[in-house]
Amino acid sequence: MLIFHLDPLASAIFSLLAILALILAFVMLGSHWVKNHIYAFAAESWVIAALSAAVGVYGHYPELLFIAVLTALLRGSLLPYMLLRIVNDLKQSREFTPLLQPASSLVLGGLLVLFSFALAHRLGVRMQLADSIVVLALTTMFALKLIGFLMLVLRAEAVSAILGLLVIENGIFLGSQILVPGMPLLLELVILFDLLIIVSTFGLLIRYLHRELGTTSSRELTRLVG
Amino acid sequence: MMAPYLIYAIWGVTLLAVVACWAWQDGRGAGMVNLAAAVIDFVLTCVLLSTVPAKGATALNDYLLLDGFGVWVMFCLAIVYLLASVYALGYMRRMHGEEARLNRFYMLFAAFALTMFLAPVQNNPGLYWIAIDLTTIVSAFLVGFQRAPESIEAAWKYIVIVSAGLGLALLGTVLFYWAGTFVFGPVYDMTWASFGAIAPKTESVLLLLSFLLVLAGFGTKVGLAPMHTWLPDAHSEGPAPVSAMLSGALLNCAMLGIVRFLGILRGTAISGFAHTALVLLGAFSLLVAALFITRQTVIKRLAAYSSVEHMGVIALGFGFGGPLGTIGALYHMLNHSLTKSLVFFGAGNMMHAFESKEIGRIRRVLDYFPRSGAVWLAGAVAITGAPPFGLFLSELTILRGGMQGHDIWAVWWMAVLLIVIFIGFLDKFRAMYFGPRPEHAPQMKLHFVDVAPMVLALAAILLLGLWWLPAIWQHLAAIAAQLGEG
Repeated sequence: MLIFHLDPLASAIFSLLAILALILAFVMLGSHWVKNHIYAFAAESWVIAALSAAVGVYGHYPELLFIAVLTALLRGSLLPYMLLRIVNDLKQSREFTPLLQPASSLVLGGLLVLFSFALAHRLGVRMQLADSIVVLALTTMFALKLIGFLMLVLRAEAVSAILGLLVIENGIFLGSQILVPGMPLLLELVILFDLLIIVSTFGLLIRYLHRELGTTSSRELTRLVG
Repeated sequence: MMAPYLIYAIWGVTLLAVVACWAWQDGRGAGMVNLAAAVIDFVLTCVLLSTVPAKGATALNDYLLLDGFGVWVMFCLAIVYLLASVYALGYMRRMHGEEARLNRFYMLFAAFALTMFLAPVQNNPGLYWIAIDLTTIVSAFLVGFQRAPESIEAAWKYIVIVSAGLGLALLGTVLFYWAGTFVFGPVYDMTWASFGAIAPKTESVLLLLSFLLVLAGFGTKVGLAPMHTWLPDAHSEGPAPVSAMLSGALLNCAMLGIVRFLGILRGTAISGFAHTALVLLGAFSLLVAALFITRQTVIKRLAAYSSVEHMGVIALGFGFGGPLGTIGALYHMLNHSLTKSLVFFGAGNMMHAFESKEIGRIRRVLDYFPRSGAVWLAGAVAITGAPPFGLFLSELTILRGGMQGHDIWAVWWMAVLLIVIFIGFLDKFRAMYFGPRPEHAPQMKLHFVDVAPMVLALAAILLLGLWWLPAIWQHLAAIAAQLGEG
């Protein structure tokens, strides 16, 4: 299996790419400009595409090269383009009502990464895999998940909510490339397209929100309580 | 074996209805097309129910799993789809200003049913996840169909919360698959059966983590507290036929995933813990529902919190396990689907008649609507679990199942909260049926299609409550045995 006999160079490349993706999540967390989030998300998707390709080459999974191309095209180009169009149409360039200052969100994000590492390390120890790349993959997976949730909680703009969900998705996708590169191709394909449908749905709903409520901030969605 | 062809026929008919409603710009015609599809689907599902053995069989290169449990969920779904399709004919006609978009409503309605028909028979947990995800997308548009600010807000909250929750379920599924790579090697078929085979050989911490992620994820979709927050909004703001579909059909489809994962853990060290986790979620859902029902002021939110309650009861049934708990939970699915549809239909009629969704503005229903009001009142009594209706029998069976298990405290907890909900829920109906006369008497006349589905549902739950047919009991017992709880 890939994670058991990985040559050092491949291991270094995988680690580098995973850490890059994590850092890009922090770029999103630290900025209040929505466009920066989208660019960081696009970059993160390209990093994941590179990771897919690297795993494909080193693990001899030729179909992953195909997935890498699709990831770069859909996640790395089409989705950011759709999001940019929404932002340009609705002129939401900035997150105006963040709950926390960027610095505090970064610290919180750091704590979440620490927690993810503790969890991943514990799992690794229990499964006798503590010194392999598994721990790093699990850490990134859990950390991106938690950072995505943090973004959902702290941000109010509708586009930020989509980006939060996409970060969660990216985390799962990234982790699964390293942990289960052999996961059935069909499933990965369907999930990619599923994402596309979800983002189009969100885009449509945001436009309705804007038109019917005159706001795209979730803090003002307060009609339904109790 | 003809069962797979029945499934294809159901999908094909529903898909045809989607296309026809999309192409036919006439709202009334689209409604009839949708109804025709619902009738055919119902008949086909009945045939399926009688031909598919509880043990199940796979089809289409192992992509489909036709087992008793999946077909039972499909049966509940087909009933609600049929009743709601009849009811929608009258309800949607009264929605002013929507005539031009009516065919699109029926298109989405049939598409929603189609995505739900896809989910229960998937043999691949990943594809099941995707089917559930698709139901969210289609139903979000149905919830927001009226384009009122509240509906859009509800649709937005619904899709954000449920997508985030389903992300957890996907992570759990990937971790399950990863656990299997230590047993089967890097590439293997992802099926419920293969997951069941790897569970006993897997490190229990990993298994536990994966299960809790899946439970939280699909639990969000089921509406188990504390992940239920989208449910009252989505159920109360969509049109009434959509509320019935969400509550009576969709929640069962998501519960199926939790139960299948619970079955995977059978025989592992953490199986008992997983059952307890489900019991805890169910118990907490009952508490949240009881608190919100007693203080509710909006009629459809009242019914929505009642769905949280009943999903909690079903979770308790499966969590208690054993033959009685599981049979009770399965029977409860059917009874809840029927009864909750009836309650939502009545609520939709009264909201249109009194032109308000506030409980405080609906008064003296029986004076204005003696017959349909009586049916609705009977439905309200039934939904609180009073005899002689079906929900009473299934709740009693679940309580008996709990008494045989380890979580005796949960039985008492459930009994007390069911009484609280009984009082709280019927107090709202007392206010709507008695009290002072409203200033403006409702002018609306109810038509056959507004009341007929309610009468049908009432007759069914009365029959199911008076006489638990031995054939149904045996069928459910076989499903429970197949789920490993026999």
